Amino acid sequence: MTRLQSAFAKGQPALVCFVTGGDPTPDATPAILDALVEGGADVIELGMPFTDPMADGPAIQAANLRALAAGTTTADIFRIAASFRTRHPDVPLVLMGYANPMVTRGAQWFADECAKAGIDGVICVDIPPEEDAELGPFLRDAGISLIRLATPTTDAARLPAVLEGSSGFLYYVSVAGITGMQQAGLASIEAAVATLKAASDIPVAVGFGVRTPEQAGPIAKVADGVVVGSALIDLVASHGTDAAGPVRELTRALSQAVHESRKADA
Amino acid sequence: MSTNPNSFRNQPDERGHFGAYGGRYVAETLMPLILELEREYRAAKADPAFQAEFDDLLEHYVGRPSPLYFAPRLTEELGGAQVWFKRDELNHTGAHKINNCIGQILLAMRMGKTRIIAETGAGQHGVATATVCARFGLPCVVYMGATDVARQAPNVFRMKLLGAEVVPVTAGAATLKDAMNEALRDWVANVHDTFYIIGTAAGPHPYPELVRDFQSVIGREAREQMLSRTGRLPDLLVAAIGGGSNAIGLFHPFLDDANVKMLGVEAAGHGLDKEHAASLAGGRPGILHGNKTYLLQDDDGQILEGHSISAGLDYPGIGPEHAWLKESGRVEYTSATDREALDAFQLLCRTEGIIPALEPSHAIAAVQQVAPTMDKDQIILANLCGRGDKDIFSVAEHLGVKL
Repeated sequence: MTRLQSAFAKGQPALVCFVTGGDPTPDATPAILDALVEGGADVIELGMPFTDPMADGPAIQAANLRALAAGTTTADIFRIAASFRTRHPDVPLVLMGYANPMVTRGAQWFADECAKAGIDGVICVDIPPEEDAELGPFLRDAGISLIRLATPTTDAARLPAVLEGSSGFLYYVSVAGITGMQQAGLASIEAAVATLKAASDIPVAVGFGVRTPEQAGPIAKVADGVVVGSALIDLVASHGTDAAGPVRELTRALSQAVHESRKADA
Repeated sequence: MSTNPNSFRNQPDERGHFGAYGGRYVAETLMPLILELEREYRAAKADPAFQAEFDDLLEHYVGRPSPLYFAPRLTEELGGAQVWFKRDELNHTGAHKINNCIGQILLAMRMGKTRIIAETGAGQHGVATATVCARFGLPCVVYMGATDVARQAPNVFRMKLLGAEVVPVTAGAATLKDAMNEALRDWVANVHDTFYIIGTAAGPHPYPELVRDFQSVIGREAREQMLSRTGRLPDLLVAAIGGGSNAIGLFHPFLDDANVKMLGVEAAGHGLDKEHAASLAGGRPGILHGNKTYLLQDDDGQILEGHSISAGLDYPGIGPEHAWLKESGRVEYTSATDREALDAFQLLCRTEGIIPALEPSHAIAAVQQVAPTMDKDQIILANLCGRGDKDIFSVAEHLGVKL
């Protein structure tokens, strides 16, 4: 069983946490990642900073710019990932970002570096299934999961193409919009997850606009996982290099709500 | 579309690729919409009623065909090839941008969209979009970098007069690429009712193709006019390139005329070894804003800011068809600096009584270089894609004149 498969096979929903690598500095990121693990996150998404994060709201845009202003490079991101893998041999680590930094030295180079750093999966926002040849085959050959996004606009006709070649989990973007803004209605999330699960065996994690334990719990009841990003990024923005403590605290509250969401009813 | 495998006019392929460039690199939320736009564009293209309405608006609202003009005093001054201009600066709103906006708003209405968004740098595309929105009574939101809002105040006022909402973008470096990011963010959140009118021949497929098709009216007219006036085709076409919509509009109808050479002119800013906006000369292939093309970027693939005296050329990318035309060798690309463009701007004012925009001033600078090396019976046709009224303040500033 891969690390990602194990993370979704614990008999409870998984908490997936996103932070931007190098925010506020490359040196501060390892402690923030450790705080996520200590707080109970099951999967870590490490954002690769990019100058033009088109799918992100103000919080993650600012995080990208802070990371780049601190001099964060792609080499830093792989260093952060490799050291994480040494400290946490069993926690799945996923890189999330935009196409250009991933393919700029060649997709083969990127896939090789991911494998060397012990990265389990990659989410690339702006490579849809139609352009899979750009990156997908290289990742799959290197044993890295390509994690695709499904959205409210992904209709039944497109869904098979989205699922084809994707593994690890499916990231359901619950709102048509950018990260960290409004939250979707629970009923629409439940219906969408049911459709996705009927079409596929891989776990479905729901994100975009999920900020609090109170929001995360009910979603965890209907999905295999819940993704939280902007709320954690906000803590990094306000606490800077001292963010690990507050990040650990919020993660703990989120993980309790997610992990115990189904027990509450029992 | 031509079925001749040797044609330069049969790009892109069915997946929107111009050779290795172009494509559809967008977030999943937008993908179904892009596919729908492509289906609807194919249907519109095959619909004579759509074409008739487009042609009618271009004639009676935009003022087409624009004249083809022989520039006698400039020709004499340069002492070589005859210099002719396609006068797209005489269009309604003062630039070629309106051709594309007419086409896209007709598409938007055909698709039942009720809200229009656009990005703008210098404000020319914003003004053209606000204009067609006023003409058809659709609400219009224009995203513009806060830096550009400050330096293009007259165009901001024009857009507001035309009823558009101008949203200053403070994200990133607050210029054109950030305005485009913000427009994409708006679009992704409002896919159900919103149409994004992209201003240049770039972005995800089918935008590069449809913008080219709408702008190709420039080259089709010019080709016919040149044949009827001189009985022959020009020896050389010259056009300025930011994203490249005026250039591809002029070039495309001539691409299979093997004896017609073509020269695209990028903005070399302070110089190619300093700050500039010449993506082909100083960039390398990458992925941004939905397409694969030449981009100004660092080793990690982070996008760099372009610089040009002309805000309309100040973009770190270029339309994907130009990337392909460069690699195929069909079109040659060069660049002109801020200084050279300023000199050419003044030269055209003085010799022909035409105040050009700073964008085509780059093309005129290239004409200045190349015309003297050609024979007097040869013909250069340059695209005068915009007029310079909008630029007189920044030109004055660069010339050290206080208005």
